[in-house]
Amino acid sequence: MFRLIKDTLGSQCVTLWRVFMHAFAKTDTVEYPDVQPQMAARWRGRIILSRDPDGEERCVACNLCAVACPVDCIALQKAEDEEGRWYPEFFRINFSRCIMCGFCEEACPTNAIQLTPDFEMAEYVRQDMVWEKEDLLINGTGKYHDYNFYRIAGKKIAGKDKGEARNEEAPVNVRSLLP
Amino acid sequence: MAKISVDGIEYDVNPENNLLQECLSQGLDLPYFCWHPCMGSVGACRQCAVKQYRNEEDKKGTIVMACMTPASDGSIISINDQQATDFRSHVIESLMISHPHDCPVCEEGGECHLQDMTQMSGHNYRRYDFKKVTHRNQNLGPFIGHEMNRCIACYRCVRFYNDYAGGEDLAALGSHHHVYFGRHEEGVLENEFSGNLAEVCPTGVFTDKTFSAHYTRKWDLQTAPSICAGCGVGCNTAPGERYGTLRRVVNRYHHDINGYFICDRGRFGYDANSSKQRVGKALYRHGQEAEFKPLSSLEAKRQFAAMTGGDVIGIGSPRATLESNIALRDRVGVENFYAGFSDAQFDCLQEVLKSLREPGLYCPDVRQIERSDCVLVVNEDITNTSARLALAIRQAGRNAATDLANEARIPLWQDAAVRELAQNTRSPLIIVSPQGSRLDDVASATHLLQLDNQIHLLQAVAHAIDPDALKPTASNEVDEALSSSIAAQLCQAKNPCLVSGISAESPALVKACVNVAKALRAYRKHNSAEQNPVALCFAMPEANSLGMALLLETGGKPLRAALQRLASGSADAAIVMENDLSLRTSQTALAEAMAGGVPLIVMDQLHNRFNEQAQLLLPSSSVFEQHGTWINYEGRAQSSYQVFRPSEDILASYERLSALDPMQECGVSSELIMQEFARANDAFSALTQLRPPRVGISASLKSPRQSHRFSGRTAMHAQDHVHESQQEQDRASALAFSMEGVMLQKDSSLMASPWSPAWNSNQSISKFQQEINGELQQGSKGELLCVRQSTETAYDAISAKRDEKLTCFIISQLFGSDEISANAPAIQARSLGPYACIGQELALACGIRQHGLVDITTQTGRVQLPVIIRRQIAPNCIGIYPANEVDKYALLLGEITLQAVPDEDSHIASSRAMFDHLLIKDALAREA
Repeated sequence: MFRLIKDTLGSQCVTLWRVFMHAFAKTDTVEYPDVQPQMAARWRGRIILSRDPDGEERCVACNLCAVACPVDCIALQKAEDEEGRWYPEFFRINFSRCIMCGFCEEACPTNAIQLTPDFEMAEYVRQDMVWEKEDLLINGTGKYHDYNFYRIAGKKIAGKDKGEARNEEAPVNVRSLLP
Repeated sequence: MAKISVDGIEYDVNPENNLLQECLSQGLDLPYFCWHPCMGSVGACRQCAVKQYRNEEDKKGTIVMACMTPASDGSIISINDQQATDFRSHVIESLMISHPHDCPVCEEGGECHLQDMTQMSGHNYRRYDFKKVTHRNQNLGPFIGHEMNRCIACYRCVRFYNDYAGGEDLAALGSHHHVYFGRHEEGVLENEFSGNLAEVCPTGVFTDKTFSAHYTRKWDLQTAPSICAGCGVGCNTAPGERYGTLRRVVNRYHHDINGYFICDRGRFGYDANSSKQRVGKALYRHGQEAEFKPLSSLEAKRQFAAMTGGDVIGIGSPRATLESNIALRDRVGVENFYAGFSDAQFDCLQEVLKSLREPGLYCPDVRQIERSDCVLVVNEDITNTSARLALAIRQAGRNAATDLANEARIPLWQDAAVRELAQNTRSPLIIVSPQGSRLDDVASATHLLQLDNQIHLLQAVAHAIDPDALKPTASNEVDEALSSSIAAQLCQAKNPCLVSGISAESPALVKACVNVAKALRAYRKHNSAEQNPVALCFAMPEANSLGMALLLETGGKPLRAALQRLASGSADAAIVMENDLSLRTSQTALAEAMAGGVPLIVMDQLHNRFNEQAQLLLPSSSVFEQHGTWINYEGRAQSSYQVFRPSEDILASYERLSALDPMQECGVSSELIMQEFARANDAFSALTQLRPPRVGISASLKSPRQSHRFSGRTAMHAQDHVHESQQEQDRASALAFSMEGVMLQKDSSLMASPWSPAWNSNQSISKFQQEINGELQQGSKGELLCVRQSTETAYDAISAKRDEKLTCFIISQLFGSDEISANAPAIQARSLGPYACIGQELALACGIRQHGLVDITTQTGRVQLPVIIRRQIAPNCIGIYPANEVDKYALLLGEITLQAVPDEDSHIASSRAMFDHLLIKDALAREA
């Protein structure tokens, strides 16, 4: 009998006391937008396109983000400059479809596409949620500072000749028979 | 049949093949690089290692290369054996030591055999810390991109390019780990099949440059099965579209026709589809106005309906679909329907059709030409008119090697051994032609004769084979010796094959070829153990030349009748469908016809000289933008499917012609036109079998044009409208414009882009073949429409006379002679302007210098052309390449006079620059 009272009434009193004590606790909600919340760096919010440490566009238009996207909200077209560097001619994200899953960031072989802690993306007009490359491209490296795809890949671009990528020997002289 | 055991499971295999081929035939996954179904094994890459056991008791086994080991009866092997698996993963690791880590910026990425095989072999992380070998690339011309760092040295490129396609300007250079695959110096890859390097190379060393210019990953392309409209061979292709423009064309496997390879015209000619010359909007000119005024699609339909109310002439086209020609004839009536090719071609095609119905002969498909052990090519420059046939003829030369190898009991897949054994032994290939050709390097004899003398020679050959054939009058000893030697070679062969064409537009030549075939038939009936029919085929200049000829048999008149009616003005309007009449008849005849004042309605894809004269110019769809039926040189009907919808202004000709009500959205579907026509005409009844039946489950379950990985669906049109529009519906075929539906592996004729788990590259086709390099599992291979009759006909009488007077022949070029593909930028970069080509004696007689200008005058025409002097050209012959500019019909009539035009350094320099692109090895040096 005593046990029954302890388990029911007692526990209810404890609950009431705890609820009551919350009236004096520090609040978790903040006065947004006057007070900005602290977002973790790994928060998956607004998608950006970053630049490599040399200040060039990181995106090489490989299409892996687009194919990884479960809602197919990324569309782009490859273009190539005279020196052989690939870049997107256009790069479009339809944020009205995006579910911020971060698969694109995971798929990106050049760390170009990154999700940022910004979540303030509401629009009155849905059409405004279609972002083009000009809207997405930032002037920095984003979360990953050092990676520079073209310094590692063996494709020649402006300012980096054959044999100048990481771990590469100078180009072979085919006419030489020396070992 | 032999029995082998793979990982404890028994399989029935063909003991003549190697283990790799048989494992793949059984659907097993075994990685490989250097082996190719058409090129056999060399054991270069060491990737297909398996464990082989001597017998049941042998538990240790030895590692062997599957591609170098025969699948002999009782073999016991293991693919999954740990040692073999480790071996393969170590081999791929070492192949990847210098791989440049650039898959994201590689055109091969996503359809890369190297990616697939690396995954399959289980190599994930690079352990090798030392430096990578690097190479400089070469600029290989407008077709092929080069990125040598990606090479794994499998040698497939040179084995295809040199050994298979007969190229001479690609080689393995350098030594040891510095080996380099490229040209001796930068420059255009000459061979007509260079585009196949992009598909043959298992990685991204050789890639399609035109595709790279508007690159899209394979999984993002919307593809549909199509037929190449570049010539009359009917190669199967798989064009791909993205964002509303055509991106590339690749080979689509067809066992009997193109197999694994197509020519560069077919592969790179697609870009004409989005060229500046494209007619994008309907254009109308009122009365005598000079300027065209664009019309909206509805106005165009109204105007078309208004103009075609009365008595209308219809001129069809051999480069339009069969459906469009049928729809045109239905619209204007049989009595008003005219052929779309020249009168001489009309006559030639009548003869060709007769030969296709002749018993005891057969029209070889490409694979059958490859099996022939003696080929006689007459007059046709086959490499430049039907290039895929030339590749097959080149392979036919290897049958002598096959015989030697069989004698020496060397399996045929031992490629290096068979080549070593055969050296330069080749089956006879006899070429009779007015000029040297690209097949001369494999020809046993090239006889340079002008057309009349060729016909004369053929008559003599026919007589030498069968004395019942009429002996030509006035032959001399040289002729007799030549004809009897050709006759002897043809009689000795087990599978002799005669190849000619109608580009000379000579019915007598066609008849003479048929006579030789008939003589062989008679000879084999009496004297030979070989009773199989004789192979005879004629190359067709256009994709539907034979289709149009077959259609005309059920009603229609030759072009001259149409021109007469136009000249007399006895019609209310004339519809010219997808046809540049200035290429079909002489300019004077055409001008006379136009002077009749009949309002001209032209439907075409591209602007050209002729359709500028139209009153109403209507844009029509290309082969990629409509469903259609094409009949190739064998009389084989094949279906091509719409790859993508063009803008609403562009309609297929049959849609425009079958819609009687201008307000109607579009006309009757191609399928309906075809079904009705096939039902009404017994000769075409096989056409009902052509497309997969759309009843029961396949009616509602469509086959997708887009891959299951197709990306960007909700973003690709979002810049215009964020709300996604409905997927386009295709009510006219079993395909859907979406990724929904089932990949119809039950019907391979609907499969444009083969894919199988772990096999993303084009090598995945092996998963859909009955056996490697065999038939596709199911689906229509096309329907042969010409039925052989039961009674043999007698020899055709030809008045063959030897002729020594100066004559003119027309040269074709692979890049430039075809009207449509000539407008693709990459093809334009390889094409030449008009030129003339003469022999040394003639040049000396007329005082013409190499690369100078020559003035050619005939009764009806006159033209000045830059000239190239060759060694390999028949005496008293002048070859003219019209480049679709020069009026060739004016030059073919009457006496020809040649005159040298005084040299001017400027035009010598310009024509010299042009001739640098011409692939003629026997041109005289400038100073000679």
